[in-house]
Amino acid sequence: MSGIVLIAATVLSMATSTAVKTTIAVEKKTFNYPYPTLSSYGLFIGIMKEQKPADRVIPYTLPTPLFSDYAYKLRFVYIPSGKQVTYHDKEVFQFPVGTILVKTFYYPYDFRYPEKGRKIIETRLLIHEENGWKAYPYIWNEEQTEAYLEVAGDTKLIQWTHSDGKKMKINYSIPNANQCKSCHESYGQMTPIGPTARQLNSEFSYNGVSKNQIAYWVEQGILTGVPKNESTIPKIAVWHDAAHYSLNDRARAYLDINCAHCHKTGGQAATSGLNLSIYETQMNLLGVYKAPVAAGKGAANMKYSIEPGNPDKSILVYRMESTDPGIMMPEMGRQLIDKEGVTLIREWISQMEKK
Amino acid sequence: MKYFSTIFLFFYLVKFLFSQDIQKQLQSQFILAKPGDTIHIPSGKFELTKSLLLDGKKNLVIKGAGMNQSILSFKGQYEGAEGIKINQCQNITLMDFSVTDAKGDCIKALNTEKISFIRITVAWTGKISPKNGAYGLYPVSCSNVLIHECVAIGASDAGIYVGQSDQVVVSGCEAKYNVAGIEIENTTNAEVFNNYAHDNTGGILVFDLPELPKKQGGNVRVYNNRVIHNNTKNFAPKGNIVGQVPSGTGMFVLATPRVEIFDNLIEENKTVSIGICSFYISERKFNDSLYDPIPYQISIHNNRFLRKKANPPMNNKIGLLLKFKLGKKIPHIVYDGITRDEMLNGSGKLKDEFKICIQNNENESFVDLDADKNFKNITFDLAPYRCTMNVTKP
Repeated sequence: MSGIVLIAATVLSMATSTAVKTTIAVEKKTFNYPYPTLSSYGLFIGIMKEQKPADRVIPYTLPTPLFSDYAYKLRFVYIPSGKQVTYHDKEVFQFPVGTILVKTFYYPYDFRYPEKGRKIIETRLLIHEENGWKAYPYIWNEEQTEAYLEVAGDTKLIQWTHSDGKKMKINYSIPNANQCKSCHESYGQMTPIGPTARQLNSEFSYNGVSKNQIAYWVEQGILTGVPKNESTIPKIAVWHDAAHYSLNDRARAYLDINCAHCHKTGGQAATSGLNLSIYETQMNLLGVYKAPVAAGKGAANMKYSIEPGNPDKSILVYRMESTDPGIMMPEMGRQLIDKEGVTLIREWISQMEKK
Repeated sequence: MKYFSTIFLFFYLVKFLFSQDIQKQLQSQFILAKPGDTIHIPSGKFELTKSLLLDGKKNLVIKGAGMNQSILSFKGQYEGAEGIKINQCQNITLMDFSVTDAKGDCIKALNTEKISFIRITVAWTGKISPKNGAYGLYPVSCSNVLIHECVAIGASDAGIYVGQSDQVVVSGCEAKYNVAGIEIENTTNAEVFNNYAHDNTGGILVFDLPELPKKQGGNVRVYNNRVIHNNTKNFAPKGNIVGQVPSGTGMFVLATPRVEIFDNLIEENKTVSIGICSFYISERKFNDSLYDPIPYQISIHNNRFLRKKANPPMNNKIGLLLKFKLGKKIPHIVYDGITRDEMLNGSGKLKDEFKICIQNNENESFVDLDADKNFKNITFDLAPYRCTMNVTKP
């Protein structure tokens, strides 16, 4: 009994000390990044695991995000005072030096009742330093009171109850600093992926009030260069929202965020010739009747990345449906198959017209 | 007995911990390395489970104690598709170690300027299988590539594969029991010499493929190689272009212009000693206006051919075609004869800028399959191809 009291007291004291620590504002820090602990950045107020953003730290969301083994993600952006983000219609927005993009990965214990508790695994920071973007992964402790910098990455056993009630268990992989760049690269430079006009042109609930994210950033004075005519701002399809978006738009949105960080001009998979960016207009470069180049066993016995009307003969589907590291796509950050994503891409290929 | 099992367990625990240790140790060294550093791979066989990534580094040497002494095994790999992946670096030398059994490619170097592989072994151990990884050494989109005295074994695509690169030397290497021993693809200014390619499906391939960022290769010189007994059955996953290469292929030029093949010993390759073909032979669609599917300016001279009799594989389309059209009399040099009108002069011969030259080979024999006219005028006459042409040394 006394043991339990002791543990409870320790947890309580840890929680309080964290609360005190995290109220330090980012502006007062040394900027000598990276800090050894997440709390040192002062990005959150109160108890850190509640992830309540501090002043100048704005939460945001992507309507069509990257699949990461069903992990839930919380996203925040910190813009230094007096600085502004510059709008771009296609590319990732231009963020000022000093920007911190924050992404926290967690799993609810039970996906059917996500409000009933969660386990935070890691928080990744992308910091725009004087000499470019840098990625720093922070791993949360078991007590969920602090996260520590670990440039070499790690592996953690994660368990949860899935939305269908099934018990799930994976060896969740936390990337090392070089792995971060495998995805976050454009023409050799580290770069963010998510915060584009097409993704941020969507609603977010700010303390219960739903607003368009771009409009909100403008209102907060952190975003400049937004077109006067709102209808010219691109908007990405919500990949699972068949009621409002066409099959083609949803599939292209899915491929854009899940594949095009590598499969684009200037990306690490550019040498494959397969370009899955939402702006690719040539069907052959998108994979239609495109022969594989260096796919190895990823090509299996199939001739083309996409054979219209025939998902079972399309390399794209085959690699999405594999978990063998030598076959699967994306190459990392995934141990499970994104069943819903595969269903979408299968449907999309099925309805393509055969030549 | 009890003690024995305890010691045994202890031994495995130490081995496991040490391997975990080297994974983190090497990966951390790869991340923290400063220009001018040498990263040493110690003696021993180490089991790694994740790719080792090197990114954005300059002037580094990664050195083992010898290709048979320092072995990085990826047999138990569960993350990453490569054993080692090098990206966006400058002036990197890898020497004196082995990488084995990676799930995808053993060593991939991407977008790197000046990369050298010296006395590196890459191998898939055990029986040949389509489950083996694709490429052993795999520089792609690189410039100034040196691959010297390396050994590549068991790749289900190519043992040594250079793709979309410029200024390349592959010399003194041994490639065996791969589908393709050495493959030069969409690559310019390559020298391939003093290599020994044996017991692959195809010995040395020079390919240009469509729909890639680097459109056309060329200026490739292949000389002083021994290309012997490349009769291993094709075990590539069928979707890959090398899956279409018939077993028993010595050398194969596909769609690449400006290739000179000379002073090679090409022996006991049962189907074809040297093939020269357009991309159409693959029977795959493509849509790329900047790509030329037809090879030209090919020069084959002073090689030595030896073969008892041709017996192409019947489980392969090209093999079947040769058997059906030519029986057992398959000449050493097989040319598909596909041309475009603008390549021909008034008398139907190849213009000088598109010529194909064959001469002074020991035991030479030749066939033009006339494939674009449905094999109507198959000829064995070398007279139209008696000319000289040299590819300038890069």
